[in-house]
Amino acid sequence: MTLDLLRFMTAGSVDDGKSTLIGRLLYDSEQILDDQLEHVADVSRRRGEEEIDLALLTDGLRAEREQGITIDVAYRYFKTPARRFIIADCPGHQQYTRNMVTGASTADLAVVLLDARRGAIEQSKRHAFISALLRIPHIVVAVNKMDLVDYDQERFEEIVEDFAPFLEKLGIHDCLNIPISALRGDSVVHSSSNMPWYAGPTLLSHLEAVEVAYDHPDDVPARFPVQWVIRVGGSRGEYRGYAGQLASGALHAGEEVLVLPAGHRTHISAIESYDGSFEEAVAPLSLTLRLEDELDVARGELICAVADPPTVGHDLEADICWLASEPLRAGARYALKHTTRSTTAVVGELVNRVDVHTLEREPAPATLELNDIGHIVLRASAPLAFDAYARNRRTGSFILIDEATNATVGAGMITAAT
Amino acid sequence: MSSASPPATRLTHLRWLEAEAVHVLREVVATFDRPVLLFSGGKDSIVLLRLAEKAFRPAAFPFPLLHIDTGHNFVEALEFRDRRVAELGERLIVASVQDSIDQGRVKEETGPRASRNRLQTTTLLDAIADGLFDAAIGGARRDEERSRAKERILSFRDELGQWDPKSQRPELWNLYNTQIHRGEHARVFPLSNWTELDVWEYIQAEGLEVPTIYFAHTREVFTRDGMLYAYREGQELLPGETVVHDTVRYRTVGDMTCTGGVRSSASTVAQIVDEIVLTRITERGETRADDRTGEAAMEDRKKVGYF
Repeated sequence: MTLDLLRFMTAGSVDDGKSTLIGRLLYDSEQILDDQLEHVADVSRRRGEEEIDLALLTDGLRAEREQGITIDVAYRYFKTPARRFIIADCPGHQQYTRNMVTGASTADLAVVLLDARRGAIEQSKRHAFISALLRIPHIVVAVNKMDLVDYDQERFEEIVEDFAPFLEKLGIHDCLNIPISALRGDSVVHSSSNMPWYAGPTLLSHLEAVEVAYDHPDDVPARFPVQWVIRVGGSRGEYRGYAGQLASGALHAGEEVLVLPAGHRTHISAIESYDGSFEEAVAPLSLTLRLEDELDVARGELICAVADPPTVGHDLEADICWLASEPLRAGARYALKHTTRSTTAVVGELVNRVDVHTLEREPAPATLELNDIGHIVLRASAPLAFDAYARNRRTGSFILIDEATNATVGAGMITAAT
Repeated sequence: MSSASPPATRLTHLRWLEAEAVHVLREVVATFDRPVLLFSGGKDSIVLLRLAEKAFRPAAFPFPLLHIDTGHNFVEALEFRDRRVAELGERLIVASVQDSIDQGRVKEETGPRASRNRLQTTTLLDAIADGLFDAAIGGARRDEERSRAKERILSFRDELGQWDPKSQRPELWNLYNTQIHRGEHARVFPLSNWTELDVWEYIQAEGLEVPTIYFAHTREVFTRDGMLYAYREGQELLPGETVVHDTVRYRTVGDMTCTGGVRSSASTVAQIVDEIVLTRITERGETRADDRTGEAAMEDRKKVGYF
């Protein structure tokens, strides 16, 4: 049984028709309400356009309408009888890569849009690279504007074959290629009579069927970062419960668990929530664990299954996306947030910087600049209980915060302990 | 608590949304000094209160509740508000726009189109400053309006309470950067990813009570700009407007001066869910005059500190 909710992101360059694609998904699945349609019809008319510009459905801020571009991640919601969808609509142009990383961090699937006339360009490669780096489980390459190449099968296949080696190099194996025209509605929601040669699913039917990570909680070890301690004292007796959101896996009442970083062993005496107590809980439910032994567990500690525990340590290596205009340099100190643990970290070595066009890694760069992606070594001042990001997106990720400005400056993905 | 009754462990979108919102609430109380939760008696804040119960019971809420009373609220919503707060045994602070007017902080609009909707921004910012609150939790959703679609779950306000949509913090995974400078505060929207339908389905699933104005009832209304407004004592009418009795319900419970009703016969939550599945007009487009005043009406109000 798949979860009836899918979070996906769309990435494309300015002219790839991304906004039109989202407008088309909403429009053809009959999620556009009359007043919204009336609004965009009105704006389209005022701009002297003949047809309703579906892209206008997703333009949010005034500056964007004025400049005709998307400047920030927008979240859209729609549903079909099969599923609810949350779309992270990410701008494609280079200076806003940080927004794409943001959208990718919570996505189960990425739609990478190509223009059928141009094929995969540098931006497309960047989008595929970020999707792979952020470990989005499913990738769809949507070759858009097929109407402008006469729905030509050979052109589609040429683009797909041309892009395939790059995707292969990124380790993207689960990739579906779909020829579409967002403007004309081909293969987005309805299958296309213009492309009888395409036998695969439409974009929407694929989105409706694809599995998400939460469908298989038993495949990953349980990780429960303690978020908040619920205490009640007084006449009705002491209550102490450890509240948090199960980051991965499943936990069972009575099960032996490990509390990290201290390494204490105890058993779960009860799994509770406002709704009662349960024999089993699965990610990503928010719940309260009660433990058999009187351990004073605090926010930031991790409760996990005894088998296959995470690594505990101060030193780690990570891929990092740099999100700030002030560059990252070796020796700098930042606030670090990992699961529910807040500490500080000092950046050691800048190991390399990735050229996202060639995927080559330039060794020992002096700095990482805004929108750069690189590999670094860092030392946290408190011990962290972590997994490699490739194994666990929740316990393998962290953010860096500039302590002077409070800005979020780095998005980190742990690769290994050092 | 009942012993070992296995839950529906099957994850649904409502359980997913609930888990996310509870996570946000706990994260906020763990990392801010003085959070406050905005409770109006409206459906979204009713859901917030249930989520707070899910996050913090059996303990008391680690924050007080705050209502910005425009003085033009539906009586039914205020009665409900007080009853619900009493049931929960939590503390409610009421900040009143009338007080802001009496103290000369804001000037009352006059005429038939007078509304206190804009004035409540000042009352809210004053209440946040007076209470030294550094995080205000509200029930806004991204599906409500186009500029809201771009707002983060944790949205930061400068010392003047202003929102800068162009310099929002990236929100990665579920790692919220909750650090602020003294004098700044955060607005927190745990229902960001919920739609109007999700809210009603949750109310149905949880068996939550809502104010009676959400259900079809007969009341005195007048038509203006194609919307059905509730007539209240002292309301000035424009030429040609007349007060009639009609069967309406409200999709939102904002200030009476800018919240329109819809003709409806829905008298149960299940019927409301059915109605929303079939509706062809958005919640705010149908019922909120405040969002109709221009293409970027909400965006402009949010920049100066509106919720």
